[in-house]
Amino acid sequence: MNATPNFFKWFFSAKRGDSPFKRLLIHLTLIAASIVAVYPVLRVVSVSLRPGDRLLSTSLALIPADATFQNYITVLVEKDFLLWIWNSLAITISTAIIGVILSSTSAYAFSRWKFPGRTAGLIFLLATQMIPGAMLMVPLFILAVKLHLVGTYRGLVIAYSVGAIPFSVWILKGYYDTIPRDLEEAALIDGATRLSAFYRIILPLSTPALAIVFLFNFMQAWNDFLLARVLLANATEIWTWPLGLQQLQGQFQTAWGQFAAASIMVMVPVVALFLYSSKYLISGLTLGGVKG
Amino acid sequence: MHSLTFDVIRRSLEEVGSTVALIFVGTVLLEALLYFVLRRIFKSKFTIPFMLLGPAIVGLIALIVYPLLWEFNLSLTNMSLRHFGDKAQYTWVVCQTLDPAKIDSYLTDCLIKNYANVFRLPVLKQAYFFPVFFKTILWTFINVFFHVLGGLGLAILLNRPMRGRGLYRAILILPWAIPQVIAVLAWRGEFHFEYGFMNIILRDLGMQPIKWMTDPTWNFVAMVLVNVWLGIPFMMVILLGGLQSISGEFYEAAEIDGASNFQQFTNITLPLLRPVMTPAIVLGTIWTFNNFNVPFFINQNELESSDILVTALFRAAFQYNRYGFAAAFAFVIFVILLIYSIFYIKITGGLKEVYE
Repeated sequence: MNATPNFFKWFFSAKRGDSPFKRLLIHLTLIAASIVAVYPVLRVVSVSLRPGDRLLSTSLALIPADATFQNYITVLVEKDFLLWIWNSLAITISTAIIGVILSSTSAYAFSRWKFPGRTAGLIFLLATQMIPGAMLMVPLFILAVKLHLVGTYRGLVIAYSVGAIPFSVWILKGYYDTIPRDLEEAALIDGATRLSAFYRIILPLSTPALAIVFLFNFMQAWNDFLLARVLLANATEIWTWPLGLQQLQGQFQTAWGQFAAASIMVMVPVVALFLYSSKYLISGLTLGGVKG
Repeated sequence: MHSLTFDVIRRSLEEVGSTVALIFVGTVLLEALLYFVLRRIFKSKFTIPFMLLGPAIVGLIALIVYPLLWEFNLSLTNMSLRHFGDKAQYTWVVCQTLDPAKIDSYLTDCLIKNYANVFRLPVLKQAYFFPVFFKTILWTFINVFFHVLGGLGLAILLNRPMRGRGLYRAILILPWAIPQVIAVLAWRGEFHFEYGFMNIILRDLGMQPIKWMTDPTWNFVAMVLVNVWLGIPFMMVILLGGLQSISGEFYEAAEIDGASNFQQFTNITLPLLRPVMTPAIVLGTIWTFNNFNVPFFINQNELESSDILVTALFRAAFQYNRYGFAAAFAFVIFVILLIYSIFYIKITGGLKEVYE
C-alpha cells in the first residue's frame, strides 16, 4: 500500500493555480456530487444481485453477502425480457433509418434553396418542439383506433420516425450550412446533377452529423414510454422494454430484483454508447441550436 | 408469457418490412407526382427542394398538423368513452335538444363548453385548473433554478485544471445517460417506506422516516429531488462547453486590474455565458413544464396533489376518457407555452439569426 500516499499526492496536484487546501475542497465537492450521481445506480446493481428471499432488506451494503445472478437468469428465461428487447430493437432501428433518410433530404433543401415558405417552415419545425407529448396522444390514439393501428408496430414506427424529423432537420441544416457551396458548384460545373452532388459530396462529408441524428432518433424511440403505452396498450406480445419494465417494477414485492436485473441489462449498452458519443452529441446540440 | 420464438421474429420482421415498403412506395408515388406537377405543369425552379421536402412534409402534415386540427375539432364535441365514434356530437348540436330556459349562455354552455369547463370544473376528480397550473409553474421554477445552480457550480469546478476531470465528468453525466424510464422507476422503488434507501438512511441518522408516497407535500418533494438529479448533468455539460469557450485572457486582464473572484464571476463569466445559458434555460423550462415521466411515475398512488398540467391532461384523456374535454385542456396548455415562447422571442430577439 506504499503507493497510496504517492497516488494521492499525484491526484491532488494541479498543473497550476489553486492552493492545496482549495484543491482539496474542490475534489471533496466533486466526490460528494459524484456519489449523489452514482449511488442510486449502484443501488440498482445491488438489488439485482440479491437472492429472491432477501429482496426486502434494509441493508445498505452494495454487494449483498450472498450475491447471485438468479434474477438475471429469471428475467432472461422466465420473463418476456428478450421479446421486449427484440420488439424495441425492431421498432427503434427501422425508425432511426427512416428518420435519417427523411430529415437528411429535407435539411438539404432548407440549407441550399430559398424557396417560398422556407422561413415559415423552419419556425413551424421549432414550434412543434413546444407541443406537449400528451397533447398529441389524444388525437393520435383515436386516429389509430379508427385506422386499426392500435396494437401493431406499424403505427409506432411511423409516429416515431415523423416525430423525430423537426429536431433532426435543425441539426442537419446547421451542419450543411458549414459545408462550403463551392464544393457542389465545382461538381455541377463538371456535369454532376444536383442530386448526385448531394449524394456524392454532401452526404459523405456529413457523416458525423448523420451519426448524431441517427443516435438521437434511436435514443428517443428506444426510451419512449408514453406513445408506446398508448399505441401498444394491452398487446403484451409486442410490448417494448419500457412497458415491460414498468410492469415488473409495479409488482414491488415480488419482482423488484428482476426489475433491477432487467434495468442493468438495458442500461449498460445504452450508457456505454452515450458516454462514448457524448462529445459528439453535445457538439451536435450546440451546432444546431446556436449556429443554426 | 410470450417467448421469443422464430414465429414471433418472422411476424415482427414482416410487419416492419411491410411498413418500410409502404413508406417506400408512398414516397416513390409522391415524388413522381411532385415531379410531374412542379416541373411539367408549373415549370418551377424549386422542383428539387420540394421533391426533397415532399415525404417529410406529408409525414408532418399527417402526424402533426392534421391531428392538431382534428383535435381542435374534437375539443368542440362531447366525445368520451360513452359518446365514442358516431355517438359523439358537437356540443352546440347537443345543446339544441335541451330546454332553452336551462341554458345560461350559448357561448360557454354550448359553443365552447369544453374550454369553459377547463376553468370551471375540476380537471381531475377534485383538482381545479388554476391550482394545478400554479403547481406546474412552481415545479418548473424550482427545477430549472436548481438545474442551473447545480449545473453552473459543477461546470465551474470542472473547468479548473486538475486531475481526474474526465472521470468526474463521466460519473456526473450518468443521470442523463441512463434511460429516463429506468432512472425514474428505480427512484420510485427507493422512496418505498420500509425498504427504500432514502428512509433507511434517515433511520440510520436517527430521524423519522418519511411517507414519500402518501404524503402530498413529501411526494412533491420526491418528484423535485428526482427531476433535479436527472436534469443537472445536461446543464452542466452545456455550461461547461460555454465556459471553455471563454478566453483566459479576460481573467488575466481582470487579475492585473485587481478584480476579486466574485467580480470576475459577475463581470466576465456570467455575461459571456449568456448566449449559451439563455437557450439552455428556455429549452429546460419547456422540457420541465412538459415532463411526463417524473410526475407520472413517482406519484405511484395517483395523488392529485402531485399532478402537473401534462399528467392531468393524460389522466383526463386516458384514465377518465373525457376526450373532448382533454382536447380543450390540451389547447389551453399549448397556448400557455406559446405565449411563453413568443414572450421569450420578443425579449431576446433570439430567432433573428437562426432563420437567416
